[in-house]
Amino acid sequence: MSVHLECLLRLADSALVHSQRLSEWCGHGPILEEDIALSNIALDTLGQARLLYQHAAQLEGAGRDEDALAYFRDEREFRNFTLLELPNGAGPRDDYAVTIARLFLQSALMLHAWDALRASSDAQLAAIAAKSLKETRYHVDHAGQWLVRLGDGTDESHARAQAALDRLWPYTHEAFEDDEIDREAARIGLAPLWSTLRPAWLATIDAVLSEATLRRPVDTPFRSGGKSGAHSEYLGYLLAEMQVIARAYPGARW
Amino acid sequence: MTEAPKPVAASAARPDQWPLWEVFVRSRQGLEHKHCGSVHATDAAMALRMARDVYTRRQEGVSLWVVPSTAITASVDEDADPFFDPAADKIYRHPTFYVLPDDVGHM
Repeated sequence: MSVHLECLLRLADSALVHSQRLSEWCGHGPILEEDIALSNIALDTLGQARLLYQHAAQLEGAGRDEDALAYFRDEREFRNFTLLELPNGAGPRDDYAVTIARLFLQSALMLHAWDALRASSDAQLAAIAAKSLKETRYHVDHAGQWLVRLGDGTDESHARAQAALDRLWPYTHEAFEDDEIDREAARIGLAPLWSTLRPAWLATIDAVLSEATLRRPVDTPFRSGGKSGAHSEYLGYLLAEMQVIARAYPGARW
Repeated sequence: MTEAPKPVAASAARPDQWPLWEVFVRSRQGLEHKHCGSVHATDAAMALRMARDVYTRRQEGVSLWVVPSTAITASVDEDADPFFDPAADKIYRHPTFYVLPDDVGHM
């Protein structure tokens, strides 16, 4: 697979898998208004995935369309960051703190990634980045507001927000760990070198964490490998649920 | 003489629910903000964001106001007769008895 296609699929798969996790809250949100807000964000992210898949499919030119890329690839072929496939809670129960912490960490990352991708040598990708940046600004704002409320709220909400950050933090390193594909993509001007985005990302994170009276977790050596197709145990279940209808009724229209 | 009914706040605060906010949307520049519904939120910043997500996600607006529902004083049903009936037989208050000069055009 070309570096170009690989690069697009990392972005597209990350958006799709995150969208799938966010949409699990649809109809189960803590209050009606927040349920709608989170579903809106899930739809924004799904829209970004669609644009990226359409572009990737065209670039590949192998007769696959966006649905084929989303529904007919297996776990090992997915290139999303592992962070995004983790469940919405730490235990058997969904936890809004985990959902919000992840939304904040990922949106803050994409805020800087989309900003840089606007200068991509791929004009189509640059256009998608410009559109997505506006949406992502709102996602950062929404998740950041909630993180402050949870962190600077009650003892219970503070403890759960901190536990969520502690749990997710080790999975954030993957994005900034440049591999061959990242380096080649940067060399041809397709994408920024992801490791260079980390200082700006940390600045965005720290500003909100300080307001939220939360502590930035300590960096550890663990590195997840989702962007190379080495996923956690959770992605298989997520894909099974997401893909089952399309696979049971191939070519179905609704 | 009976005591006049007290004006009531449109929505009394309920301890088991987040406060209610009335939402006003301006659909286009130059038009006025119009009331379109309400949201629950803990404070004004959250209310504005909730209103954005609930009432403008289909491009309904370019500007939003949120106002605490408790800030609204509403007329009460018992007042309806003295408040509104006297206007019923005063059609001369409508500006329909004037002939507009042609030069005015559409008004």
